[in-house]
Amino acid sequence: MIGIEHYLVVSSILFVMGVLGIFLNRKNVIIILMAIELILLAVNINLVAFSSALQDLTGQIFAMFVLTVAAGEAAIGLAILVIYFRGRGTIAVDDVNRMKG
Amino acid sequence: MIQTFAFYLFATIVLLSGAFTIFAKNPVHSVLWLILAFFNAAGLMVLAGAEFIAMLLVIVYVGAVAVLFLFVVMMLDIDFAELRAGFARYLFFGIVLAVFLAIELVLGLEAFRAGAIKLGTATSAPVDAAVPNLEAIGALLYTKYVFLFEAAGLILLVAMIGAIVLTHRKRSGTRPQNVAKQVRRRPQDAVRNLTPEIGQGVDL
Repeated sequence: MIGIEHYLVVSSILFVMGVLGIFLNRKNVIIILMAIELILLAVNINLVAFSSALQDLTGQIFAMFVLTVAAGEAAIGLAILVIYFRGRGTIAVDDVNRMKG
Repeated sequence: MIQTFAFYLFATIVLLSGAFTIFAKNPVHSVLWLILAFFNAAGLMVLAGAEFIAMLLVIVYVGAVAVLFLFVVMMLDIDFAELRAGFARYLFFGIVLAVFLAIELVLGLEAFRAGAIKLGTATSAPVDAAVPNLEAIGALLYTKYVFLFEAAGLILLVAMIGAIVLTHRKRSGTRPQNVAKQVRRRPQDAVRNLTPEIGQGVDL
């Protein structure tokens, strides 16, 4: 029998995987953005699982808003990536501190 | 029985493709693994009875976001081998951190299994089994959450304008069409009626 714990285990492993992805690919900002998408996917699985377990639709509504923000974030992130690449010719993000801001 | 099988199938593929997403050498492969992860997560959500979110995941993520990633990965000419330098250096510390985080989450989960802390009962929008998922979400979204829904639309608008403004560049040396000038032009400024004498020609 599949309970909410099974869903929570899957989503927590996926979340940890996203964090690990950010850690391992510290230079490659494209993979970092993908890892953020994985984290948000884990959050969405969690929301849907609790929505199903509590028989309450609010979780699914919230998952939809998370999806919206994730889509906007991906668009803005990739746009920043494109202009960063245009100026530098590389996307290595470990030397973005040129302005020492 | 079939639910258990389907759950374990989807869960295994989600986790495996998530791992391949972060470990793949080629970012194009990463994007493709990400698409597989999203498809199977959609399967998990269908199992939980959230068809609308599942379809939204497939349409928005696979149809739009993943394709956007693919475009950017393929458009930019990047030396990916150079970007992977330091991968092994971060591997040990990263895995230690991940294991620590996972232990914490499992600890929380075990505490949850022992009995969730009751912080009030969540019945703000109870599920009615007779109403289909899509219909119920629509009814809720356009009544109770209508302002949040419009705020979400505003966020998307801002994201769209931001992405366009960021990536738009003025190109010099081109002579684009000046629409305003074309529209402003009137017949009486541009056309003359003449009856020239024979053999005189027209004075321009």
